[in-house]
Amino acid sequence: MSVTATKSAHPYVASLLAGSAAVPASPASWLNTRRAAALERANALSVPTTRDEEWRFTDLTPLTKVQFQPVSAAADVAESDIAAFNVPEAAVRLTFVDGIYAPALSVRSKLPAGITVELLAGDHNEALKTHAALIEPHLAQLATDEHDLFTALNTAYLQQGVFIHAAKNTAFKQPIHLLFVATRKGAAVHPRCLVVAESGSECCVIEDYVTLGEDTGLTNAVTEVAVAANASVRHIKLQRENNAAFHISNCAVTLARDARYLAHAVTFGARLSRNNLTVIQQGEGAHAQMDGIALIGGRQLADTHTLMDHTQPHGTCEQVHKTIVGGGAHAVFNGKVFVREGAQQTDSSQQSHNLLLSDKAHVDTKPQLEIFADDVKCAHGATVGQIDAENLFYLLSRGLPEAAARNLLTYAFGAEIIDRIPVPSLVAQLEKNVMARTEGGV
Amino acid sequence: MINKNAKILLEVKNLTATVAGVAILKGINLTVRAGEVHAIMGPNGSGKSTFAKVLAGHPAYSVSGGEVLYQGKDLFALSSDERARAGMFLGFQYPVEIPGVTNSAFLRLAYNTVQVPRGKDDLDPLEFDDLVREKMKLLEMDPSFLSRSINDGFSGGEKKRNEILQMALLEPVLALLDETDSGLDIDALRVVAGGVNKLLNKDNACVLVTHYQRLLNYITPDHVHVMSAGRIIKSGDKALALQLEERGYDWLLDDKKAGAAA
Repeated sequence: MSVTATKSAHPYVASLLAGSAAVPASPASWLNTRRAAALERANALSVPTTRDEEWRFTDLTPLTKVQFQPVSAAADVAESDIAAFNVPEAAVRLTFVDGIYAPALSVRSKLPAGITVELLAGDHNEALKTHAALIEPHLAQLATDEHDLFTALNTAYLQQGVFIHAAKNTAFKQPIHLLFVATRKGAAVHPRCLVVAESGSECCVIEDYVTLGEDTGLTNAVTEVAVAANASVRHIKLQRENNAAFHISNCAVTLARDARYLAHAVTFGARLSRNNLTVIQQGEGAHAQMDGIALIGGRQLADTHTLMDHTQPHGTCEQVHKTIVGGGAHAVFNGKVFVREGAQQTDSSQQSHNLLLSDKAHVDTKPQLEIFADDVKCAHGATVGQIDAENLFYLLSRGLPEAAARNLLTYAFGAEIIDRIPVPSLVAQLEKNVMARTEGGV
Repeated sequence: MINKNAKILLEVKNLTATVAGVAILKGINLTVRAGEVHAIMGPNGSGKSTFAKVLAGHPAYSVSGGEVLYQGKDLFALSSDERARAGMFLGFQYPVEIPGVTNSAFLRLAYNTVQVPRGKDDLDPLEFDDLVREKMKLLEMDPSFLSRSINDGFSGGEKKRNEILQMALLEPVLALLDETDSGLDIDALRVVAGGVNKLLNKDNACVLVTHYQRLLNYITPDHVHVMSAGRIIKSGDKALALQLEERGYDWLLDDKKAGAAA
């Protein structure tokens, strides 16, 4: 990229940015400008520490001890290697290996008129050429990077990436599967996805992060979702990377009048993961559902930060975030709900339920409600506990041995969230995963 | 049905128990033989539900004295799940709700866990479905119960039917039914009681813990016991239940006080 930026004063940030000079310039000059601005900001930012309020419970020191660079050539991955992640209900699958699009591992069936699933760039059909007018107002506009190093980094590296578009009044319920496969030691991957659902449309996106093998990689994903009036987007995010991985993801969503956004976030993997989800209700009567489940053990840390920002009246939000924490693992949840002045008749609820499976397991949960309107309904609740003794006794009294009873209750705790994903094969895969992990003591 | 020569299933000798250090059961004696139906009645707080829970091994209660033999063996040497697999069944006063596990999966798991060691076949979901649907007819339950989570959002009556459905599947040797009749309307009570009656035979026994005589119009007890302050203060046949219905508990409590004073 023909941009010169002041090199970061922070050696680790500088090392993360070292490869960005190799990103080729885009024919879209506005994109080059945004990338350059992001690079500038990334250079000015440092890796957050636990002194930053937003990172109070999550220490990134382990990340900074490992060097990560983007890879330039795709690793050799066969279809059989990723067979376990197949979602038969999906209409299309775009597969990326270490951040590089893998056409041989992708399934590109013909989509109905009005539905577009293309790479942003780097392919013959690249969306930046065909849909520039839809992309320019949103890309690197919804996810802001003034204070976020990782978003800035992702944008600085923005090259390939996925563009999903549902045209006005086009309903497409079949899931669109985006599979990000990590394979290499020290590989930094910066996946980018933009979803634009025009008014009255409907679509379902599965963002799926997996690892093959035991090596340590870094995923730094950014997803932007613009849901126009009366449109609906279902967004399923699965993070099932290996337990050595680092995974950072930022998702920014805007909701126009009567728009609906239904999120299901599943976190099983990574040594350290951080999920940021920001939903801004920009129009009246919009609805968000935010389900989250993290199942971690060993030395894993899973941090979820969400923000539901009600800026207009009659918005509704239903959030249930659960964690199952075993071993010496650590789960963090911070759920902000803002109800701005004038956002009357807002009905927003947030539940954070946490199940600790061992004495060394640890949860930090922090609901944060800031309400500036006077006629609203906001409920929140947080529980941290062990398996309920009455429930356990009930199962024991039906003959189940204690270990089986505990596994079933742990499974049930997670299944309540997983069962709400309307993709049966995925539910089956994930439940099997939960079962296997609970049987193994997480 | 009373048969003096029938096998003794449960023998409770001077049982005492505490919860959080407070004595609740203060010396219970009871013998239950195969084929018998016992009703344990008594005012609120008399310890009758505690008695049932202690027998099933509820962790909140500590046995502080006495002895219980179940089919001739020390009951307290068995954990709760071992008691269940040995044929003891507790019908809960307040069955818990467990969202996330379907009733059918749970019922099948319980069935296979309890019945396979007794020599029955391990049933796969399809085979089990046939069996459970048959049993559900007994309790006039809608098949949609199977696909719902365990007791999740069930009405009081639905939960109690689900308890008796479990009893029908697990075929207990000794069923302890803790206020199975509470909160049931008369139609539901008739169905639930009818279900229990069909499950009773000469080889098993049932202890009904109940607050109301009404249940005993549908399930005829061989023995009626009145509990008060952690003890059985009077035992009799079903005529005692009718007396209680007419006169309440106070006359018994007064008798006891008078007896204590004398």
